[in-house]
Order: sequence, then structure tokens, then C-alpha cells
Amino acid sequence: MNPIDARRPNLQRIYALESWSELLRALRMPMYSLPTVLFPVMFYVMFGLVFSSGRPVLGNVSMATYLLATYGVFGVVGAALFGFGVGVAIERGQGWLQVKRASPMPPGALFFAKMTMSLVFGLTIVLLLSALAVAFGGVTISVERWLGLVGTLVAGAIPFCAFGLALGFLLGPNSAVPVVNLIYLPMGFLSGLWIPIQVLPEALKQFAQFLPPYHFAQLALKFLDASRGEPVALHLGVLVAFTVICLLVATWAYRRDSGKSYG
Amino acid sequence: MNGQVPRAPLAELNGVVKRFGNKTALAGVDLAIRPGELVALLGPNGAGKTTAVRLLLGLLRPDAGTALLFSRDPSMPEARQRMGALLQISKVPETLTPREHLRLFASYYPDPLTPAEALAAVGLEDRGDRLFGKLSGGERQRALFALALVGRPDLLVLDEPTVGLDVEARRALWEQTRAQVNAGRSVLLTTHYLEEADALADRVVVIHSGRVVAQGTPQHIKSLAAGRRIRARSRLPIETVKAISGVTSVRRDGEILEILTPRAEGVTAALLAADRDLMDLEITSAGLEEAFLALTRNPVAPAGDPS
Repeated sequence: MNPIDARRPNLQRIYALESWSELLRALRMPMYSLPTVLFPVMFYVMFGLVFSSGRPVLGNVSMATYLLATYGVFGVVGAALFGFGVGVAIERGQGWLQVKRASPMPPGALFFAKMTMSLVFGLTIVLLLSALAVAFGGVTISVERWLGLVGTLVAGAIPFCAFGLALGFLLGPNSAVPVVNLIYLPMGFLSGLWIPIQVLPEALKQFAQFLPPYHFAQLALKFLDASRGEPVALHLGVLVAFTVICLLVATWAYRRDSGKSYG
Repeated sequence: MNGQVPRAPLAELNGVVKRFGNKTALAGVDLAIRPGELVALLGPNGAGKTTAVRLLLGLLRPDAGTALLFSRDPSMPEARQRMGALLQISKVPETLTPREHLRLFASYYPDPLTPAEALAAVGLEDRGDRLFGKLSGGERQRALFALALVGRPDLLVLDEPTVGLDVEARRALWEQTRAQVNAGRSVLLTTHYLEEADALADRVVVIHSGRVVAQGTPQHIKSLAAGRRIRARSRLPIETVKAISGVTSVRRDGEILEILTPRAEGVTAALLAADRDLMDLEITSAGLEEAFLALTRNPVAPAGDPS
């Protein structure tokens, strides 16, 4: 130990190690991580490939094409809500978050690591869906458009990571899974992620305007010529506002949480 | 540490009040941990020990008074880099190994131990690559202890470190804690075992219902706790009984006097001498819980008196 050589903790190294640890943890819990990846893929195989006639459902867009974008959205949102929301709620309940917070860990590191993990899961889902769509769904898409779609899907994880963070600090460790499912599944259906929004009744189309995944899906669908043609700025605006609200709620809930005592 | 370092407390609570809703967890607590010292914060469950620890770690903010860690706000990373904490938690992420956890925690500190050194310090060399979920209770606790040590802290905070451990694991953790004190570290330990405070501490601070009710050497605290309870039917005024040498506390319940004392024989003789009509004399041993209650009712050491 040379006191003159005052080494400082290396921030990049912390962020990388933190992310690697999160990922390793998740991969070693296949019971928990596999459903996140397999559910959207399985639904896509069933509703996009096996039970779809292959005939166009919207203009000349097939079910396999539409659902490529929307199950991508469904998968990315799921990875963010479960990886982030449920993960934070459980670690908070177990007291592990206290151990991390009592350590000199830079506060952003855990946030960054969980977001990285959600993005890796989201990307995996999108790649699997794309491979299936091209190989078995007869979906054709130019490389530029596909890259645009993947980029949109990955970036779209950010508002839902913020949503997950807010839920993680609001929900109890035991209620987290059921409550997140209760939000995730109906919201997915009502946003037109399972059935094209265009074929839903008018009232539901109106209602979808209030659901952030709807706007996320519309952005993704633009790359497949299957959106409802609303302006990009509207969708972006809603998603940015949603992110800000979620971060404010998360901050408030985090403060409220530190006033509580566990154990 | 050399002689030029001012002996300022490493961690201190000054007049700290903390409420949760309308429940007061700490009602004006002063506490200081000085260099090289092992302080035990002793008290029954719910006394406010864990709240005191959380305030010192910056996990909670006091409603009144100040909490300082290395003379700074405890939530500052600079303060936390010199402190290691073993907290009471129900679960650790189970799908990582102690070595993986240690490697990550080591990255937070400027001059950490290697994971191997930290594992060796807690005698866990052969369990470093086993998943946390597959470790025994004692091994997990040692692995968490290693996490607290990995940053070479000046101050170790151990919150009820041996709860739920068997005798052997408890003794092992005591040994390792002593080794850290011998290496020059200061320790704040919370416990509800008098035996544990006695085995490890230089100084014991007894806390009950959010107040410091006694403090001193383990010897002194033991003498308070190793008391007898005398019950008898008597009309003697409380003041008279209090004046008998050796009486720790007196309480009247109708005609019944209840006295706590470490020296039952002398006090009984004095009682009998003072009141010839004394009846139904009964002497039983008072446990630690009993002593805590007595101390809360009649503080014998500098502490806030509720009445």
C-alpha cells in the first residue's frame, strides 16, 4: 500500500462489472429469465406463423409482418418490467438493496446494469423474432428498415425501464409479479400488440391513445408500413412525457422507501 | 493510525430523533465510535438498534439531531469508502458466488483486498466459487462479512451479525471480529445478546425504546443485568428503599414492592430491618430483559429520563 498512489475506483469498470453481474445472475435463473424471452417468441410462432393464414390482414401486410413489430414491443416491455420492476421490488424486500446502498457503489451503476440487462434481453427477443419471421413467415424487409426497427425496439425499452423502476419502488416484493402481470398483459392487448389495432373496435382504438405501448408499437410498425399513420412526433412526445413522469414517481417512491425500516 | 491523527469519532449520532409515522424509533440518542474501539449497541428487539445503524450509514435521515460518518454526511461516497457494513438481510442474490460478489464490491473502493484475501480473512477459501444459494447459513454470513471487509474499512458496522447462527458459527465470527479489531479497525456491533457484547466489546451502550439507558464496560453492564428481583408486601416508601445500597430500581404495584438489585442478600437484610411487617418475600433471578425494563424505568446512567 503506497499512500501516494491513491487509486480511485474506476467508474467504467464498476459499470461493466455491475452489468455483467446482473446478466450472470439472470442467466443462472433460467426459470425466471427464459419465460421473458420465450413467451413473446412462442406467441409469435402461434399467432403469427402457425394459426395465421398468410393472407394480408392490413393492405398488403401479413399477420407475420405486423406481429414481428408488436411482439418485439411486447418482449422489450416485458424484459423491462420484469427485469427492472420485479427485480428492484424483490431486492428491496430482501434488504439486498440496502447493502448496495450502504456501499460506496455509484448510485447510477445499478440502474445502468439493470437497463443493460433489459436491453440484452430485449435485443435477444427481437433477433429471434426476426429470424423466425424471415425463415418461416415469408416476411421480407430491407436491411435499412430492419435496422431501423431493431433500433426503435431497443430504444423503446428506456421508457419502460423507467416505468419498471417506478413500479419496483412502489410495489412490495410479493405483490410485484402479479401486479406487473396485471398491468403488462391487458396493456399489451389494448395497445394492439396481439391483434392489429386496426381491427379492434373504435372505442378501443380511442382508448389505446392513452397507453404508452401503443405509441411505442406505432413507431415500430412504421418500418413495416403497418402503422395507423399518426405523426411520429405524437408518439415520441407521449413516450418522453411518460418517461419523465415515471422517473418523477420513481424518485418520490425511492425517497418514501428510505423512510421505511425493514427487518 | 498514528499519534497525530485527532481522535475525532469515526461515527457519531448527536441528539438523534427518528420517527416512523407516529412511532418514535429513536428519542434523542448520542453515540460515538472512536478509533480502535469496539462498541456494542445492546438492546432488545425493537429498541432502535437497527435504526441507529441505518442513520449512521446514511440509509435514513434523522428527524432531528445529526448523524456523521468520518465527520461527513454518511451518504457521501468518501465516507462510505472507509466503512464496511454487515446488515441484517433476508436474502442475497443466490446465483452468484462469493468471489463474484467480492470482485464487484472490491471495484467500489480505492484500495480493496483481493477477493482471495477477503475470503481468507473469514476462513471461506474453499467456498469462494460455490453459488450463494448453496452455502450454509454460517457460510453466507461469513461471505457477507467478507463483503464488509473487502474495502479495507477503518470502521466496521455489524448489525446483529450472529442472529440465527449456531454456537460454532457464532464463535468463529467473534474470532474474526476480534482479528479485525487487532488489525486496528473500529467496530460498531449491535446485538441483543449480553454474552456477545461481553465477549467482544470495549464499551457497551444499552438502548431501550429509542433511548440510551446505560453505558459502560461490559463488566458494569453485566453487573446491572446479573440482578435479582425481590418482591414483597410492604408499606415502606419507595424513597426509603431506593436509599438502600445496591438497589438498582424500585417499583410499587399496590402493596407489592418490586426491587431489582445485584446484591439480593444485603438488600433483603436491610428491608427486613426497616419493615418488621414485611410479608410474602420472594427472590428470583432477573434476566437481561428484566434489566432492560428496569433501566428504562429508572435510568441509572446519564440518559434522557422520560418522566
